[in-house]
Amino acid sequence: MADVAMALPGIAARRAKGRAGARAEILAAWVLAGPAITLMWIMLLGPAVAVLALSFTDWTFGMPTIGWIGLGNYQEMFADEVFWKTLKNTLVYVAFVVPLSVFIGLGAALLIEAGSSLRGFYRAAFFLPVTSTLLAMALVFQFAFHPSLGAINRVIAFVGLPTTDWLKNPDTAIFALGVIGIWQAVGLSMVLFIAGLKAVPKELYEAAAVDGADGAVERFRRVTWPMLGPAMLFVVTITATRAFQVFDTVSVLTDGGPNKATNVLLFQMYQEGFSFLRSAYAAALTVVFLGFVLLITLVQVKLQERRTHYG
Amino acid sequence: MRTKTLEPGRIGFALFRHALLGLGALIMLAPFVLMISVSLKPSGEIFSPEFTLLPKVWHAWENYSAAFTKQPLARFILNGFIVTGSIFVCQLIVALPCAYALAKLRWRGKETVFLMVLLGLLIPHQVTAIPLYILFWKFGLLDSYAAIILPSTISVFGIFLMRQFFLTVPDDLINAARLDGLGEFAIVWRIMMPTAVPAVIAFGVLSLVWNWNEFFWPLIVIQSEHLATPPLGVVFFNNAEAGTNYGPLMAAATAITAPLVIAFLAAQRWFIDGVTMTAVK
Repeated sequence: MADVAMALPGIAARRAKGRAGARAEILAAWVLAGPAITLMWIMLLGPAVAVLALSFTDWTFGMPTIGWIGLGNYQEMFADEVFWKTLKNTLVYVAFVVPLSVFIGLGAALLIEAGSSLRGFYRAAFFLPVTSTLLAMALVFQFAFHPSLGAINRVIAFVGLPTTDWLKNPDTAIFALGVIGIWQAVGLSMVLFIAGLKAVPKELYEAAAVDGADGAVERFRRVTWPMLGPAMLFVVTITATRAFQVFDTVSVLTDGGPNKATNVLLFQMYQEGFSFLRSAYAAALTVVFLGFVLLITLVQVKLQERRTHYG
Repeated sequence: MRTKTLEPGRIGFALFRHALLGLGALIMLAPFVLMISVSLKPSGEIFSPEFTLLPKVWHAWENYSAAFTKQPLARFILNGFIVTGSIFVCQLIVALPCAYALAKLRWRGKETVFLMVLLGLLIPHQVTAIPLYILFWKFGLLDSYAAIILPSTISVFGIFLMRQFFLTVPDDLINAARLDGLGEFAIVWRIMMPTAVPAVIAFGVLSLVWNWNEFFWPLIVIQSEHLATPPLGVVFFNNAEAGTNYGPLMAAATAITAPLVIAFLAAQRWFIDGVTMTAVK
């Protein structure tokens, strides 16, 4: 690899004219990008194609033969009550976690950047959960959610509101997991919004002031909010794709229960694929999971396009 | 948030800001405080109806020594360093040259490769789990460090991030290096990487955080206890202790969370700046 690269100097300086230089540049590019391209196909794009192909077969892990069954796995999936419950749980989780993480993150970013004191401390405090090992923290939350000893019920009882065994109650379990998800997601959305706020040109505020928009609310409505559009779309997309990937907390805290109330797509895929070894059926679940993630991105891209057309 | 910007209003807003952010920070930090607090207490105090932040009887030594002796916790943490370190080094070696080729060289296929990178960004890594499991099983690689490390050696996110950064490097710098007789390979490592240090640090911390905390893939490929990464280690610990022994469990959780949290707090300024600088572009 080094030989090719070493052959380049001198020639490259004249590359605009020299044909040999252009050819050497192309060769160097392929050599430099080659390992990445190869690994990308083996570890990422190839498997993604393979999972789609596998979802149309009847293969179970370790079987010597493989048969094409077309949409058989999907038919089985759509006829399965558990799948619909799983899908509903996943969507409820996403619908609960995404708006709250995004708006708490936005509020935190605005408030932190609105003043100068303790900025570093607040940023670090809100971001710390992002860097923590979710799995270890899940066990802390399990303790905090403990029906009688847990800090959460103690606080709620202190305020005088009704308490329950949040993780064992089928009506609340998915929301209890959602609280952990929000706790972890807020920091990332905050940091991304801070980045978005920094990208707002100062002149716009001055221009708005000239136009008579002086107060904080007016400034926010007329400058900050519209300028945050791209950041907002980005944050929503990232948070939503990550929410669709919820797995750790389910796996260690509820095991999909009680009564399948926290069975989510990825957990279902894990169980079918790696506990029951039904590889093809799990592949079909993976395709559905990927479909949702791609759908979110597609919507984001469309919205972004519309924004640039009108903006 | 009044529209008036008079002095009393400003003080009022400062109070409002600190009250809300303070409450928020308290909630964000509470789990960490709870974890450390419980890790210092004997079980009698953990299950007592009244909660105190600091233990009446210190049980820190007992809990932490139990955490490190009942399960090979030090081994799990060492595994965490081995795995995350190897992954990051591989990611850099693979991603930087590719990012340079995408940002600064002219070649046919560049657009296609970049499109592949963008496509790769859209695919969550869990999607590849079943085919990769089968692949590693065929090659007899299951239950090994290689099984954890190999899928992460390629980071399309890293390629993307570095490419964006390299685009901002002036071409004159590269041409000057070429005139000095540097090859393309040397340019990547001796010119481009040093200029990209902030992006490399931001990427490094994100890579470290993601891979240290990764649970899904190691859970699938690792069976042997001595290969367990930190999150798997906590689960082994939790299962072995049947979840009732909160003191040692929280000590284990603290020990496994600590390296990253300490690293983050030490690199905080660079890191948050690095992320905010590179994230939205």
